[in-house]
Amino acid sequence: MSKTITIDGTNIPFEDGQTIMEAATAAGVYIPHLCHHPEYIPHGSCKLCTVKVNGRICSACTFPAMEGQDVLNNTKELTDDRRKITQMLFVEGNHFCPSCEKTGNCQLQAVAYHLNMLDDHFPLFYPNREVDASHADVMIDHNRCIFCTLCVRASQQKDGKNVFAISGRGINRHLIINSESGLLKDTDLDATDQAAHICPTGAILIKRTGYQVPIGERIYDHQEIDQVSLETEHLQHGE
Amino acid sequence: MYEHLETADNRENLKRVVVDPVSRVEGHGKVTLLLDADNKVQQARLHIVEFRGFERFIQGRPYWELPVLVQRLCGICPVSHHLAAAKAIDQLVGVDPQNLPVSADKLRRLLHFGQLFQSHALHFFHLSSPDLLFGFESDISKRSIIAVLGAYPDLGVQGVKMRKYGQEVIRMVSGKRVHGTGAIAGGMNKPLTKAERDYLLEDIDQMIEWSKASVALIKKVHCSNLPYYDDFGTIRSNYLGLIKPDGALEFYHGGLRAKNAQGETLMDHVDYCKYNDYIHEEVRSWTYMKFPYLLSMGPENGWYRVGPLARINNCDYINTPIAEAARVEFKAHGGEAMVHSTLAFHWARLIEILHCAESIKILLNDPDIMGHDLVAQGEKRYEGVGVIEAPRGTLFHHYQVDENDIVTKANLIVSTTSNNMGMNESVRQVAAEYLSGRELTEPLLNNLEVAIRAYDPCLSCATHALGKMPLQLELIDVEGKLIDKLVKNSDGQIGRNSHG
Repeated sequence: MSKTITIDGTNIPFEDGQTIMEAATAAGVYIPHLCHHPEYIPHGSCKLCTVKVNGRICSACTFPAMEGQDVLNNTKELTDDRRKITQMLFVEGNHFCPSCEKTGNCQLQAVAYHLNMLDDHFPLFYPNREVDASHADVMIDHNRCIFCTLCVRASQQKDGKNVFAISGRGINRHLIINSESGLLKDTDLDATDQAAHICPTGAILIKRTGYQVPIGERIYDHQEIDQVSLETEHLQHGE
Repeated sequence: MYEHLETADNRENLKRVVVDPVSRVEGHGKVTLLLDADNKVQQARLHIVEFRGFERFIQGRPYWELPVLVQRLCGICPVSHHLAAAKAIDQLVGVDPQNLPVSADKLRRLLHFGQLFQSHALHFFHLSSPDLLFGFESDISKRSIIAVLGAYPDLGVQGVKMRKYGQEVIRMVSGKRVHGTGAIAGGMNKPLTKAERDYLLEDIDQMIEWSKASVALIKKVHCSNLPYYDDFGTIRSNYLGLIKPDGALEFYHGGLRAKNAQGETLMDHVDYCKYNDYIHEEVRSWTYMKFPYLLSMGPENGWYRVGPLARINNCDYINTPIAEAARVEFKAHGGEAMVHSTLAFHWARLIEILHCAESIKILLNDPDIMGHDLVAQGEKRYEGVGVIEAPRGTLFHHYQVDENDIVTKANLIVSTTSNNMGMNESVRQVAAEYLSGRELTEPLLNNLEVAIRAYDPCLSCATHALGKMPLQLELIDVEGKLIDKLVKNSDGQIGRNSHG
C-alpha cells in the first residue's frame, strides 16, 4: 500500500523523495506557483505555493511529502495570502498587460486571474528599470522580472551555461547578466536556449515575434492556469 | 474669416463664458467666450486640456509593440492607430505597401472599413443625431441617444446595431472589438475563417440598406433647413487627404492630395513618407493642441481641414456605385467645386459609411480574404512612416529605431489636430454670427458644441500636453454606504462631499 498525505481532506499518494507539489500535481491537485518548474531544482522564492502542513506554513515546491501530513491548500485564507503576494509582484515591477506581448501567454497574469485579483491594492512602485535589447535575437525587459530565477536555473541546469544571476537582497534584488559589460549581447545566450523561453512573465522575450499568435489561440485564452499547469506538468512530474 | 476673434484686444473688462466640458465628443475640451457689456463676442477659443504623452513614452520600447501600444490612444478608433503604426513598422522590416501579401492587405482594409463604419455610426447616431433631430437649441433632456431611442426607436436601434456590426468586423479580424491584435510587422497574424466570413455576410445587406437610409435622412435634414445648414459654422478652407492613384476615394493607402477653397489642386499623389517637406505644425500658448499647416502656404493661409468633408471634396469619384451616386448628389448640392458647409461633414460622413458597407461586402466575397499567405519580410530599415485616413481624417505615424530595434523617436500628427484651426474658426463663426449680442443661455451655447461636433473631434488622441480630467472618487463602506466623495473639477479644483 502506497504512502499518503491528505490535501484539503483528500488522500493523495506519494513516493519517497517527492515534494508536496510533486505529489499534488501527479494526483491532479493544482497548487498555484510561479518559480516552480518540474524540470528544475525547486527554489521556493515566489511563495505562491504556500500551504499549511499540520498548521505550519510551508512552500509546497520545496517541502518533502511525508506520512501523516495534513495539508491545507485551497482555503480562503491561503487564497487571500496568495492574491496579496501576486499583487506585490505586480506593484514591484511595471506590468502593463494591455500592451505587453506576453498577454494571454503570461503565467503571472494567468495566476492573477485564477486568484481573482481585481486590482493592485498596494501602491505601485513604478521602478525605473532598463530594457536590454542589445542581443540580436533575445531581449530582457527588467521591468517585468519577478526574480523567480527560472532563467538562472535553466541556463545552468539545462543549457550548460551561466548567463543569468540574481544580485542584491530584499528590495534591491535584481537580475544581472553574466558578462563584463552586463549586456546580453556579450553572453553566449542563444535564442534556442531553454533560458530564453522559460520566463513566466514578459521579461525575457524572443525578439520580433510579439503578437504573432492571434487572440483566441494563446495559452490562457480558453483555459485557466490550473488546467494548463496540470496538463503540462503532470507528465513532467511523472518522469 | 474670424481670426480677429482669437485674441481680444482689451480683455480686462470682458465677461467670461465657459462651455466645459464640450460634450458628446471623444476626449475633453472646453470653449471660452469673452463678451463685452453688450454681449458682443470679443474672443472665442476651443481649448484642449488633456495629457497623453504617447510620443515620449513609446521611446525605449521595441518597434513590434507599437501597433498594440499606440492604439491605446483611443477607445473609439484604436484600429486607425493600430494600422498607421503597422504600416510604419512594415517599413522597418523592409516591406513597402505594394509588397504586403494580398490577403494581409485585404484583411487590413476590411478591418479599417469595419472601424470607419462603427466610428461613423457612433458619431452620427449616438453623438450628433440628437442635435440634428431635435434642434440645436432643444431642451438638454433631449440631447442624448436615450431621447432618440424614445422618439425614434427604429432609428435609434438601427444606429446601435450598425455600430455593433462594425465592431463585429473588427472582432473577427483582430480578436477583440476594442484593442485587439491583428496587424504585425509585414502582415497580419490570422486569416478570416469561413465561419467568420459567413457570420459577417449574414447582415451586410441590411447594413447597406440602413446606410442608404441614413444618407437619405441626413440629406433630408440638411436640405429642409437651408440656408441655415449651409451657413452654420461654415468656413472656406483648404482640404487634405489620401487619394488612390486614379483619384478615387481612399482610406487605407494612397498619396496625399490637397485642394484649396476653390477646388484647385495644391499638391497631388505626394509620397506621405515625405510629409515633413509639406506639412509643419505651429504651437500656440493657449491650447495644448498644435496647428498644422501646408508649408508652401505658411501658417496664416496654409491650414487645412481633414476628414469626411475633405475626402469627399478631394476625390474624383468613389469606386462603389451607391456611394458614388450619393457623392454626385452631394457635390451638386454644393453648387461649386468644393462644399464648405461645416454641417455637411455629417452628410459626407454618411456617404462614407455607405461606401464602407459596400466595400465590406466586396471584400467578404473575395476569396483572398481567407488566404493564409499573410506575412512578408525584407531588409531591416531604421525609419518608417505610416499614414491612413482615420474616421476623423489623415493620421500620420512616424518612427525611428536604433540597431537594437528600439524606438528612439516618434511623431504623431493626429486627424483632429489637423482640424484644430477649422474647429476654432467654426466656433468663432458661430459665436460671431449666432451668439454675439444675445443673452447667453445653456441651449444657445449648445450651438458652439454642434459646430465642434460636426468635425467628430477626438480630443484625447489629438493632444500632447498636460491637462485636468474631471474625476470623482467615492469611498463606500462594506454595506455599500457612501462615506466620502472627492470631486476634481475640470479646472483642477478639488472639493469634498462628506456623508458621515
